Parts: sequence; structure tokens; C-alpha cells
Amino acid sequence: MGNLLEVQDLRTYFYTDDGVVKAVDGVNFSVEAGKTIGIVGESGCGKSITAMSILRLIPDPPGKIVSGKIMFNGEDLTKVSDEKIRHIRGNDISMIFQEPMTSLNPVFTVGFQIMEALMLHQNLDESEARKKAIEMLKLVGIPRAEKIVDEYPHQLSGGMRQRVMIAMAVSCQPKLLIADEPTTALDVTIQAQILELMNDLKNKLNTSIMLITHDLGVVAEMSDHVVVMYSGKIVEDAPVDELFKNPRHPYTIGLMNSIPSLIEEGKRLESISGSVPNPLYLPKGCYFHPRCKFATDECRKGQPSLREIAPGHKVSCFRAEEVTK
Amino acid sequence: MLKYIIRRLLHMIPVILIISIVIFGIVKMAPGDPVGTNLDPKATAEQRAAERARLGLDKPLPVQYWNWLTRSVKGDFGDSYIYKKPVSDVVPNFIWNTFLLNVVDFILAFLISIPIGIICAVKQYSKTDNFWTVFSIIGISMPSFFFGLLLIYIFSVKLNAFPINGMVTPGKNATGWAHIKDVMHHIFLPALVLVIGSMASLVRYTRTSMLEVINQDYIRTARSKGLSEKVVIYKHAFRNALIPIMTIIGFWIPGLFSGAVILETTFVWPGIGNVMMDAISARDYNLIMALNMFFALLTLLGNLLADIGYALVDPRIKVE
Amino acid sequence: MTEKNIKNKTENKAPNKSNGLDSKEIKEEEQVILTPWKLVLRKFKKNKVAVAGMIIFIIMVFLALFAPILTPYDPYTMDFSQVNQPPSKAHLMGTDELGRDYLTRILYGGRVSMQVGLFAVIIEIIIGALVGGLAGYYGGWVDNLLMRIVEIFMAFPFLPIAITISAVIGPEVAPEKRMYIMMFIIGLLSWGGLARMIRGQILSLREQEFIQAAKALGIRDSRIIWKHLIPNTLGYIIVSATLGMAGAIMSEAGLSFLGLGVTPPVPTWGNLVQNARDIYVLKNRVWLWLPPGVAIFFAVMSINLFGDGLRDAIDPKSK
Repeated sequence: MGNLLEVQDLRTYFYTDDGVVKAVDGVNFSVEAGKTIGIVGESGCGKSITAMSILRLIPDPPGKIVSGKIMFNGEDLTKVSDEKIRHIRGNDISMIFQEPMTSLNPVFTVGFQIMEALMLHQNLDESEARKKAIEMLKLVGIPRAEKIVDEYPHQLSGGMRQRVMIAMAVSCQPKLLIADEPTTALDVTIQAQILELMNDLKNKLNTSIMLITHDLGVVAEMSDHVVVMYSGKIVEDAPVDELFKNPRHPYTIGLMNSIPSLIEEGKRLESISGSVPNPLYLPKGCYFHPRCKFATDECRKGQPSLREIAPGHKVSCFRAEEVTK
Repeated sequence: MLKYIIRRLLHMIPVILIISIVIFGIVKMAPGDPVGTNLDPKATAEQRAAERARLGLDKPLPVQYWNWLTRSVKGDFGDSYIYKKPVSDVVPNFIWNTFLLNVVDFILAFLISIPIGIICAVKQYSKTDNFWTVFSIIGISMPSFFFGLLLIYIFSVKLNAFPINGMVTPGKNATGWAHIKDVMHHIFLPALVLVIGSMASLVRYTRTSMLEVINQDYIRTARSKGLSEKVVIYKHAFRNALIPIMTIIGFWIPGLFSGAVILETTFVWPGIGNVMMDAISARDYNLIMALNMFFALLTLLGNLLADIGYALVDPRIKVE
Repeated sequence: MTEKNIKNKTENKAPNKSNGLDSKEIKEEEQVILTPWKLVLRKFKKNKVAVAGMIIFIIMVFLALFAPILTPYDPYTMDFSQVNQPPSKAHLMGTDELGRDYLTRILYGGRVSMQVGLFAVIIEIIIGALVGGLAGYYGGWVDNLLMRIVEIFMAFPFLPIAITISAVIGPEVAPEKRMYIMMFIIGLLSWGGLARMIRGQILSLREQEFIQAAKALGIRDSRIIWKHLIPNTLGYIIVSATLGMAGAIMSEAGLSFLGLGVTPPVPTWGNLVQNARDIYVLKNRVWLWLPPGVAIFFAVMSINLFGDGLRDAIDPKSK
């Protein structure tokens, strides 16, 4: 199957009073139709900005897509008209956000908020849209959908609201669903349900998913392919099995070592020392070197580029061959 | 909803009672014999005593208060000393003039300020926004009486374009259309002062509320659905910004009426504020008490109105 | 600010980056730990309009403070040979109907107006902070009772009540003492809003983790109040004090303009503008009403600008 979405050399910068923040700085990846891609990284690594760039939801000013292409259906989304991108939003590509508590408009009923997209993109009239909204609520596993459709967001729990968000997002059967930390704000049991629901819908509706998360566990469970980001750049890009079996970037390894494991009992958890660099004062050389135990002089001077070290497995590290778990 | 309003109205009763006690107390603290101003200075001691008894002033204060209160509830606020007729006959004559001025202000200020505030928020830091920000800060900082005097000086004294004060041209006694034109000519300057003052705070308030809403997650959600910017701003964002805007209406309405004292004095506008000043300078206590109660009631009603507005626009507020 | 907000901020790369969140991310060697107040100061300094407001205000305070040095005249000494003079070299802003130097009267008027504003606000803050703090901290019936009182105070229509009180007790008070009466009237009638706001602040602070933690550690009430609650509401108090002072100066001016505030011969900006209620003065002696009016405007505006800047620096969210 071909690629549904191709992001080529995307750069999204923010022009702040204190300087230019290169939130996304030369990112390449693609999403295959019907597959799930995981984008992993710590807060502030640019993963959300990448997602928002795709739908051109970056607040401008201060943000701006400076260069790059986002190819979707043979069109470059960075170039299409405002009207065209609006037609794509919520229809061909839709998005779920991290905070179900604040992502729904408090003054409209959930039904209305689902119906809005349906009436806009599918030309349904009000009663048809309402029927469809109830259907969607049922699809995402909301009980008593006929009643919930007329309720306001504050009357629902966080998990329910996220289900509503998902119902809203998939109501027009999008080709791509971007989920930005969809389960971070939820309880663990609810997290599993939501992930299962997303997987389920992906299979039912043949939707591709772009899953943004900092949680490698979620990625392992959901994704076909993984992209690891650090300070606006991709540091590793590999199919999910390959990545977990054979991680090659010290950052990826650090992330993996910081997950508690049930199998390897007695092993100490490791943390990556230091914290994400201030995007205004990025270190010279490889952005990761101050936190990297493998760093050499080369890493302090030059910036590694992404290179393929095994079929389908790309990594941006000078010492990728020597780096192991 | 009706239940809620009734409950709120009942809730207001003790507040009104306490306010009435305070107002009564303040007025009774006034030095001098209230009878003295009413009577011929040559009146004998017996005549004075008779007058006191007639007015109920010989009774203890709580009894006086009770009498005043019970009469007031029935609509009898006593006689006005300056107008020589019942207070309840005096006030309605003037209240409509104040009302006219405030209605003009309310409608114009709302119609103009809210769209401007929204545009300023959407185009934050643009030239338009900067202009209105400066406008607001000047408008908020300008005392209404001084602004009124400036306008009178420029438009009435120097340009001779508008009358200096009053509501109608003295001695003209115009009727019908000519009267309306005459009033419009007179109302222009005071209304301008009011509208600019109201706009200053409303534009600012709308802008602030909108800015807060525009950065909310649900606005991003609305955009991600593919809604047009118009729908996002005027429907999704504004419906939320309306919630805080409702509160200031509560403060604003009574503020307007009591602020009328200064404005009407400046323009000699024959409204309730002017009557208040006359009552104060003539120590017309019945009138003073009645007007204070009127303003207090208005304040409470304004708050109630704001709460009702709140409940109407914010589904999160439980009315029950 | 909650953790989620911090995360959002860094993720969204919001424009106002000069807050405390970044200092955490600056590399260790560059890291400068700024206290919250230093951060506020740094942020405030960047706001040129607010700084300009502050400077204008400081200048006006100095003019009032050093009035006796700045002018050779006395505000009360009449000179009947110099009655109703237009501005000239000897009298930069002319003289009034009693031959008093008008610039001098404006400078001394500023003293009175600003003092009334300042002390009215101090009264407002003391009552407001106390009532709001007690209601918010103790909750329950204390809260109910105090908030009922606040509700009553807030239902008092400010101007009518103020002029009624002023008219009732006015004739007994000498003009020199009337400014103190004004402070009390304005202060006593305007603390309600502040009390409500502080109560709300305290209520939400009480729910926050660090207060819960302090309580769980068994820290005394008084210590929690002094070490945690007060410092955390201080910003709001300072901001409302500033903006409140602008309001108080405006109220005093309005009352004095009506002749029910501070009365002549004591000058205040408000009662100086009152001269213009005489149409002849309005038309022909502009110097008698324009300068004091402009002074009120500038004082109020500069404080408003300063206060807005402070608010933005202290709490960017409440903009």
C-alpha cells in the first residue's frame, strides 16, 4: 500500500520576543494507509507541533511553517488554500487532543459538537446529523447515546469526553486520525479502553492513525512504525519490532530503560540525566550530547544526520553502530 | 428558571431590609431639626410639636423606621419638601429622562463595543487593536464631568453646535416631531460622554474575555473540525466570552443610574440624578431616602439580571 | 500553575517565554535562579507603556510632595490685587477669584487628592483582605456570614450613598478635616469586590497540593496563612491596590466636583474643576478648570497603566 501522508523536511518555527524557536526542524516521515505510526518524545520535542502543522493549526503569529512539504492525496497541505485545508480538517484528517476536559466546548451539547462537522462536511441536515451523531456515540461505546447526545461536556467523565472527541473525530470517516496524547490525561484502565477503541475503529473504518505520545508502552501496543523525536528533529525511525529489538539511538535506549519492566525483575530503572534543552539555547553539535553517555568530541561539534543503518531503520547518531542497550 | 428567580428575589428581601435600616440610620444622623426646614421660622413651640407629631417624629426611632418602611412598601414615601408633593409623584417625572439617556447609552455602547472588542482580540496587537486599547485607557481614565465640560466647551461654547445644557430649549414648548428633534439635539453631548465611557470599558472587557477564550483547547478543536474562522470566532469563542460579559452588565446598569448624578449635574439634565442633588442641597430627607432605596434596588436587580444572564449562557451553572 | 499548563506552554511554544518555566530548561551553567518577584520586575520592565505610566505617576507624586518648595505662593493666601488673572509669568496658571495662585492650588490639590486616594485604598485593602481571607480560610458559617455582609455592602449604590453620608455629616466637619471623611467613605464603600476576589483566591489555593501538603505535615494554621496564603495573594492585592487607587482618586474628584467631597478653601482637583459649573468661568476662564481636570486624567491614567502592567507581569493569565 502507498503512503497516505508524506512529511518532507518540515520546519515550523516560532518567532518569540526572545528569539526563534525551531520547534520542528527538518522532519521527514510518512504514514502508510491503514497503518499506525507512533511519534514519541518528551514534552517540548516538537511532536505536537508536527501534528498541528499537518492541519495548519499553528497559531500564526508567532508560529509559522517555514519550509517543507506535507503531501496528502497528491497535494501539498502547506500550499493549499485556506478553504481547501478547512475542507480537509475534520473530514479527511481529524485530530484528537490530549485534554478531553478542555477540548470540548462547554456551552454546546456534545451532540451539537459532533453534528457540526457532519453538517459541514457531509451536507447532512439537522435530523440526519443527529441520527448519525447518536450512531457515532454508540460506535465509540457510549451507553444511552440517545440521552448523552443532548448533554453538555461537564456532565460527562474524562473517559466519556475522550470517547466523544473520538466520535467527533471519526464521524466523517477520515483517512487519517491524528491523536495527540489521547490517553495521557486519563486513568490507566480508561487508557486501555480508549486505545482498544482506537484500534477497533482503525480496523473498522480503515483509518490510518498518527499517534503522538511520550509513552513507549502505548507505542509498542498500537503502532506499526515509530518515529522518535528530540528537540525538533527525528533521532530514530524504524518499524516497531525493529525499534524495540534493536534500538540504536542513545535517547531511544534511555527512554526504554526508563520504563519499568515486569519481566526483568531486579533490574534498576534508569533515567536520562538532565532535561530537554531550552529550544532557544540549543547546544552545539548533536542536541542530545549533554545528556548522552556515549558522547564524543565529534558529537559536540557536528550534527549527525538521519541515516539508514538497516533496511527501514534510520537513526541520527554518529556512534549508532557502537550503541547498544 | 422561574423558581430560581423567585428564590433569588426572596433572598434579596433581607438584604433590602438591612440596606433600608442603614439608609434610614444615615439620614436620621443628620443634625438639626427636620421640622425646622419645613415650617415657618416664626412658628411657636406648640406648632412645632404638632408638626413633629403629625410627621411621627416624636416617636422612638425603631417605630419611626417601622412606619417609614410599612408606608414605603405601600408606595407612600412621604412628601417631598422641595416639590411640595408626594415623593411617589415626583420621581416618575424625572426617572424617564434618566432612563432615556441610559437606554441610548446601553444600546449604542453594546452594539458598537462588542464587535470592536472581538476584532481587537482576534487581531491582537494590530493597528486597530492598538487604537482601541489607547481609546479604552483614555476613556476609562477620563472623569465624566471633566469630559462633559470639555465637550461643552468645544461644541457648545466654541462651535456653538449644541446647547450648553438642559433637555429642551427653554420657552420653546415644541411638540411632536419638533420636540423630539429638540431633545435629540440636547441629548447628544451627554449621551456621547456616556457612550464613550461605556465603550471604553466594554471594548476592553470584551477583548479580554475573547483573548482568554481564543486560547482555549476547544477553539483549537473547533478549528480542527474544519469550521470557518467566522463560526469559530463568533459562535464557539463568543458564546463563551459572553459568560464573563454578563457579569459586568450586573455592575453596569446600577452604575449608570448612580453615575447619572455626576453627569446630569454637569449637563443640567432633568433626571433623577439632578433631583438627587437638589434633594441633598435642600435636605429633603424623604426624597433622599426614597432615591437611595431606588438606587439600591436597582443594584440588586442588576445583580439578579447578571445571574440570570449567567444561567442562560452557561450550561454549567445549575439553576436548581 | 498546574503541571499540565507547564507542559502545554512548553509544547506550544507560547510567545511569552520570559517566565519562570524556561529558567528550568536553561542549561545548568547558564541557569540563573530568579525569585518570583525578580521575574515580575523583569517582565514589568519590558512593558514600556506600564513603565511610562509609573514614571508619570512618580513625577506627579513628587510635584505634590514638594509643592512647598516648587512654588513661592501659599495656596490659601488671597491677594485681591491679583484677582482672576489669566496665566502670566508671575502666575503660570493664573489666579482665581480670590487672587490665589492657581498652580499652587493645583499642586496642593494634588496632595489632597492623592492622599485621599492612597488612604482610601489602604482602608479598602485592610478590610477587604481581612474579610476575604477569613471567609476563604475558615469557610463554613464564617464564610456564609461574611459573604452575606459583603453582598450587602456591594448592593450599596456607591455615589448616592456617598453623597448622602457626606451631606449628612458634612456641615459639622471643618473643610480641613473633610478629606479624612472622604477617605473613610470611599474606603468603607469599596472593599466588597476585593474581599470577594481574595476569598476566591484563598479557596482555590486551599485546594492546591502544596497547601494540602503543608496541612498534612501538621503545620500550624497561622504559619500556613502567613507563609503560603498571604504571599500567594499578595500579587492580587498589590494590583487591586493600584487600580483601586485610580478609582478612589476618581471617586474623590467626582464627589468634590459635586461639592460633597473635600470643600474649599481646601483645594483638590475635583473641587477646582467645580469652578466650571459657572458658565462664565467655563467660557472665559479656561485656566480655572482645564488644568485640574487634566491633572485628574493624567493621575488616573498613569496609575491605570502602571496597574495593568503590574497585573500582566504578576499574572499573565488574568489579562
